[in-house]
Amino acid sequence: MAGKFLRSFGIALGAVSALFPGLASAAAGQPVSGEIGLQDSVTPIMDSIHAFHDGILLWTTVLISLLVLVLLVVVIIRFNAKSHPTPSRFTHNTLVEIVWTVLPIIILVVIAIPSFSVLTDQLTMPDGQRKYLGSNIFSFGSVEVPAPTVTVKVTGAQWYWTYEYVDQGKSFDSNILPEDQRLAVPEPERQPRLLAVDNMLVVPVNATVRVEVTADPTGVIHAFAVPSFGIIIDAVPGRLNETWFNARKEGVYYGACRELCGKDHAFMPIAVRVVPQDQYDAWMKALEAGTVADANATLPPVSAATPAA
Amino acid sequence: MADTHALQAHDAPAHEAHGDHGHITGWRRYVYSTNHKDIGTMYLVFALIAGVIGALLSGMMRLELQEPGIQIFHGLASIVYGTSGAEALDQGKHMYNVFTTAHALIMIFFMVMPAMIGGFANWFVPLMIGAPDMAFPRMNNISFWLLPPAILLLILSMFFEGPSGANGVGGGWTIYPPLATSGQPGPAMDFAILSIHLAGASSILGAINFITTIFNMRAPGMTMHKMPLFPWSILVTAFLLLLSLPVLAGGITMLLTDRNFGTTFFAPEGGGDPVLFQHLFWFFGHPEVYILILPGFGIVSHVVSTFSRKPVFGYMAMVYAMVAIGGVGFIVWAHHMYTTGLSLNVQRYFVAATMVIAVPTGVKIFSWIATMWGGSITFRTPMLWAIGFIFLFTVGGVTGVVLANAGADRVLHDTYYVVAHFHYVLSLGAVFAIFAAWYYWYPKMFGILYNETLANIHFWITFVGVNIVFFPQHFLGLSGMPRRYIDYPDAYAFWNRVSSIGYYITFAGMLLFLYILFESARKRRPAPANPWGEGATTLEWTLPSPPPFHQFETLPRIDAKAGGH
Repeated sequence: MAGKFLRSFGIALGAVSALFPGLASAAAGQPVSGEIGLQDSVTPIMDSIHAFHDGILLWTTVLISLLVLVLLVVVIIRFNAKSHPTPSRFTHNTLVEIVWTVLPIIILVVIAIPSFSVLTDQLTMPDGQRKYLGSNIFSFGSVEVPAPTVTVKVTGAQWYWTYEYVDQGKSFDSNILPEDQRLAVPEPERQPRLLAVDNMLVVPVNATVRVEVTADPTGVIHAFAVPSFGIIIDAVPGRLNETWFNARKEGVYYGACRELCGKDHAFMPIAVRVVPQDQYDAWMKALEAGTVADANATLPPVSAATPAA
Repeated sequence: MADTHALQAHDAPAHEAHGDHGHITGWRRYVYSTNHKDIGTMYLVFALIAGVIGALLSGMMRLELQEPGIQIFHGLASIVYGTSGAEALDQGKHMYNVFTTAHALIMIFFMVMPAMIGGFANWFVPLMIGAPDMAFPRMNNISFWLLPPAILLLILSMFFEGPSGANGVGGGWTIYPPLATSGQPGPAMDFAILSIHLAGASSILGAINFITTIFNMRAPGMTMHKMPLFPWSILVTAFLLLLSLPVLAGGITMLLTDRNFGTTFFAPEGGGDPVLFQHLFWFFGHPEVYILILPGFGIVSHVVSTFSRKPVFGYMAMVYAMVAIGGVGFIVWAHHMYTTGLSLNVQRYFVAATMVIAVPTGVKIFSWIATMWGGSITFRTPMLWAIGFIFLFTVGGVTGVVLANAGADRVLHDTYYVVAHFHYVLSLGAVFAIFAAWYYWYPKMFGILYNETLANIHFWITFVGVNIVFFPQHFLGLSGMPRRYIDYPDAYAFWNRVSSIGYYITFAGMLLFLYILFESARKRRPAPANPWGEGATTLEWTLPSPPPFHQFETLPRIDAKAGGH
């Protein structure tokens, strides 16, 4: 109940933003020009992050900042030398001191309760039994998430990603799409500059994907991040990290390397293409039989016909 | 600042009568200096020069980011290296990383720390506690004189090879291996490590000096709980320096031996772990950010109290809030590492510990407002900066609470949201505190008044400018723009352009600041001993402006009954 009310505050703030030119609403998968909030969600994890950030954190931070601002304005108006020529000498007031110590503690506890739940969801690999919060972050969890059926090993290198489908033993590299090739694809505006890649990571819709992340053992640290999925995990040489996602909507979701890795840090984007199970099966069959280019040829081009990301 | 130098040199003979020995003059006065005020002035000049360099570096970054695509740095690279085409582009991309790295290191180690600790604390801790000088005047000299070679080493590093084919350290100020080891094998990183070593040694010596001075040289009757808040803030800061810098020194020494002597502390192929460095770095790095802001807490308390003509509200709570912030600052370091693969329970602990810091910080914010409440406030220049500090630090503080939640950090980590957050607490918090202190103590330090109208304009330009620079960066971060990117998807163009416009406004403010210094040195309006009236109650205002070369030859006695805390 409370969660819904709190979230409406975030929505109201979004509505206010629409009044200003240049500000736009969010989209899933990629940023929108003038955007002022989080990218849209397509996973239960990002749902909970949205509810937690837009519903609780955003408005507590805004209200606390406004409270301090209002107090400062009151002080400036009431207690300037003109309107208040003789200063008081008090230096203590036990009651207000207790209030401004205890009240923040209460606010922090209220923040901490959903915070721990959201965090626990993120770091707990689904087993098919456990229920996840989704956008109802004050619940004990009601969203069912199946156990992982696809496992992808992601390896960060300077400056590209390697995706390995562990069960099939097939892997390929994913590089940024050079600008001339990007402009040659149908509807290039759907594959934006610095986000478009040659070979996307392809996964089935509504399936839980286990992502194992590491880096080239002789290379440097990278970070695998896809905002619309609400995931980021470092790719560290010599370590194997793990995260997961379950995307409910078909489309292309872009991410980026988020740990400084050298000169081309800004030029190793991530693109995850979520497709229907049958398309995924056909793609995987072609990948197992041949190359990633053969597999990609089985997919329809990314276009307006692709369900909007 | 040459004018300041001339001013002091000119005044020096007049003060000779105060001392029991003759003063050396000319360059020897500064190079051989054991006088806390001269050393403090040198620190301030040093910080000013470093601040201008750091600001120019960030200007190049904002110029580059003003539009999507690479506009500036491939051209810079072709000027520096004489290359062209793809080679210049690659070198330019690296050079951008070099600029972000140098901007951070210079602003942290060579601007904020020298200004607050070396400059204002050197000047005013002895004055405020009624001491004739620092406890170890010669150590004070070496503390300062380690800094010029340190910054020279850092600047030199920009002209030596980092990764093959390009110059300088482009690993970020966090210098994570393996990017700082096998990723950049050239000597540039070694220069940078030695630079940080020297700056760290300088700070450790300074910290020892302050702790000894504050514990042993307070005027008779000034108990710890009667000591003004600025010396308290410096005492806490000095302990943070003393305990955290050796850990950094250890970490970067291990980096140095990994690079040059075949050890593998951070190299997985030898059984090491790159994440170990991150733990060592942030065990220093988190206290370090409190080192940058705590002196500002002390400064703002004095400024707010002076211009409200009212004693500080809740003195004891203010003192122990700083002690608490300093203490808790040591046990929250891994909130910088939520994405490295820490286990669930470790992340839960660091979320909880980090959020605790909001409580003492809130106490301080509300106590400043309570100090003003019921006061009789005059809005002189230092007060404008202090009020600006309180609001902007609050904004930076609440975004810190957002980031403290590992669950929310998952979408914000290493994005511009983090950049906005730490610039709100540092670029708008620490820097505003530095300007508050500068305008508060300028008449005392140099014995002349600045043009207050111009100084007020400086405040307003800077206030507007920095907010336009950094507020839109929250939006960029929320929508997913990563940090340390020379180029970005076109959707981020709008807010980046706004942010760059803010930089130009801020830069105009900086030019005005330099003019204010010039104007005040040229006009030489003499300052009274206490330009701020009855609200200014600490000991430095009992001395003439500028104070004599040696002060408190007869120690002031603090009345046991007085004090008003």
